[in-house]
Amino acid sequence: MSTTETPVRPRASAATEPQSRRERQGLPAAGFLAPFLILYLAFIIGPALYGFVMSFFDTSLVRPGLGSFAGFGNYAEALQSSDFWSSLWHTIWFTILTAIPLIVLSFVLALLADRVKHGRWFFRLAFFTPYILPSAVVALIWIFIYTPGLGLLETGLGKIGITSPNWLGDPNWAMPSLGITTIWWTVGFNFVLYLAGLQEIPRDLYEASSMDGAGPWQQIRSITIPMLARTTTLVAVLQVIASLKVFDQMYIMTSGGPNFATRSILELVYDEGFTNFRTGYAAALSMLFFIVVLAVSAVWFMLVRRQEKEV
Amino acid sequence: MTPLSRRTLLRGALGAAAGLGLAGCSAPVVSGLSTGHEKPDSLDYWNLFGGGDGVRMNQMLDGFRAANPRIDLSAVTLAWGNPYYTKLSLATLGDKPPDVAISHLTRMKTLVASDLLEEIQLADLARYGITPDKLDNTAWQAGLVDGKAYAIPLDTHPFVMFYNTDICQKAGLLDAGGQLLPLDSPEKFTDAMQKAKAVTKAYGGVVSVNGDTSTPWRMFQSWYSQLGGEVLADDGKKVVIDDAKATQVLTFMQSLTKSGLFPADIDYAGSIATFTNGQAGFYFQGEWEISTMQTAKMPFSMTLFPNLYGGSKYAVQADSHTLIIPKQPNVDAARLDRSLRLIKSMLDQSKTWAEGGHVPAWLPFRDSAEYKALTPQSNYAAAAEGAVYDPPGWYSGSGSNFEIVTGSAIATVLGDQQAPATALQQMRDQLTHLSTTASPI
Repeated sequence: MSTTETPVRPRASAATEPQSRRERQGLPAAGFLAPFLILYLAFIIGPALYGFVMSFFDTSLVRPGLGSFAGFGNYAEALQSSDFWSSLWHTIWFTILTAIPLIVLSFVLALLADRVKHGRWFFRLAFFTPYILPSAVVALIWIFIYTPGLGLLETGLGKIGITSPNWLGDPNWAMPSLGITTIWWTVGFNFVLYLAGLQEIPRDLYEASSMDGAGPWQQIRSITIPMLARTTTLVAVLQVIASLKVFDQMYIMTSGGPNFATRSILELVYDEGFTNFRTGYAAALSMLFFIVVLAVSAVWFMLVRRQEKEV
Repeated sequence: MTPLSRRTLLRGALGAAAGLGLAGCSAPVVSGLSTGHEKPDSLDYWNLFGGGDGVRMNQMLDGFRAANPRIDLSAVTLAWGNPYYTKLSLATLGDKPPDVAISHLTRMKTLVASDLLEEIQLADLARYGITPDKLDNTAWQAGLVDGKAYAIPLDTHPFVMFYNTDICQKAGLLDAGGQLLPLDSPEKFTDAMQKAKAVTKAYGGVVSVNGDTSTPWRMFQSWYSQLGGEVLADDGKKVVIDDAKATQVLTFMQSLTKSGLFPADIDYAGSIATFTNGQAGFYFQGEWEISTMQTAKMPFSMTLFPNLYGGSKYAVQADSHTLIIPKQPNVDAARLDRSLRLIKSMLDQSKTWAEGGHVPAWLPFRDSAEYKALTPQSNYAAAAEGAVYDPPGWYSGSGSNFEIVTGSAIATVLGDQQAPATALQQMRDQLTHLSTTASPI
């Protein structure tokens, strides 16, 4: 390991300062951090630890205390439960269905919006507006669009001679339908990140390359995409985590149906914990999901590290 | 170390949050976070009624407000099923319960077992003129836990059959008096659906399939109970599905959609639209949809859900809405009086409620000539006697996991996505998982 590299330097200079000054700095620093830290400990770390402990007990929502000790019983039950594996798959399937289009589409939209000469504000607004809607509103709009028989989509497609599937009613189509809704809803956020990234790219790179005879397609491939690599990593990490967290759309639009085809892992946790009162088991499910998210984050973290070394 | 109870923890956390909030937040936030009640004459009431039921419940609440101008009644309507009971449980656990709430009879026992309900003393009820002999006996008895009362039944709401009188007339399904000919065997039922289909040129009957697990369950349970089938035993600890009987019913249900007599891919709203548009002669749902049909100004009537298998012993899936008093953080006689006054007022307005389709549990009204003159509502009053409530179990009841598990499997049969045997196996597996799970209550 090359410990002599730059990141260590500022800290080294701080270490040479007199001990007393560092201590005097410590107190105000802690003071500034306190509002965040206290809330973070009270509402994130504390409950997470409590949940970890709870996952080893048969805790009930409606009974005081932790309940009887279950050891790894809750974990064993979860790992043997087909509900756990199928909902985990639903969450991953949803992530696959949404993350890739959300990254690619937001990039394409940002590229187009960046190139528009007139009325650029309109496109920015149009692509971003759905993002500010609450999930319940989005769900209601799309329930109407997907309604069989009377819905906007079926009527519209019927006019051009396409027979639409039962968007939310068919177990095979329900998840893609939720994916389409989610893409429409959240593409704006990635879009804005890409737009910002595009504006960071120095214009002279394009000018120089066009003097060398590069066409627009070549410019995108050799300048835009490589220069946006860091934005893409950021967008991808945020998107994968956001997709793994999916709950609202399914809860409101399909309640996990039809025939459990859209029950995500978080909805299973909610169902077990709050509806079935089995908070101990729900905690164990959450811990297992936490491991999955941790693994995903670790992979992305390593990718980012590698990328930063290359730059 | 003394064990920290969840109630204490919640109370502590709410207290801390309220303390933080007091400094800068506006009053509603603080009152939302603090426990107990602030206003002296307030009365909080929670219910789960949408659609026509919601409209009628509001009329009844307005009636209560007019008669009791001093009481500051605030009513909250929440989405029914699991979300409602989850919120009711959490609010009660967090010491912020409503004073009175609606609960299905089949969900109320789980709430009692979770220690979330106040026992209702017969002496208190008697002060308001409510005595057990004035309430529907089946519903009252079904609502007792160890002989103690926790719920006052407001109604019985069975699964019923709606029919379009014009279509049935044209299909020759009405007798000389304009009454529907009895559909008391699978053959007669199928035949009637075929005749209705010939008139509508679309479908014979319609039932909600998609995105709705309760309706397929209600239809299945009605016919399955007519065969004498049971699903759970031993307070939900055992699954006792009778494969032969269940397969018989599921196969019959699938034959209806497979043959095109019923649409196979239709949701709740779509099923209503199909019936009100005259694309189907028959519609199967709880009687509460009467308001929708009346609003649509269509020619229709209602009757008992067909008795295909029961012979002389009628059975139909049903539940009752009951009025409950969630566990209160502190004893307050004046508050209890206001709560009982509301409960009595709801019973007194049974006429309004019965107009919405429900079979009233308040016998002074149900035995009256006024109710008998109320048609088509009184046509199916007999359903209260044949009412089959969802089997007891901590995961059972209206809109519960039990209905989701069974209804999801049954919906796949109606939608022709699974064969009856496969769906039955799925149902059995998932129910076995629930039944072998130690009750968290």
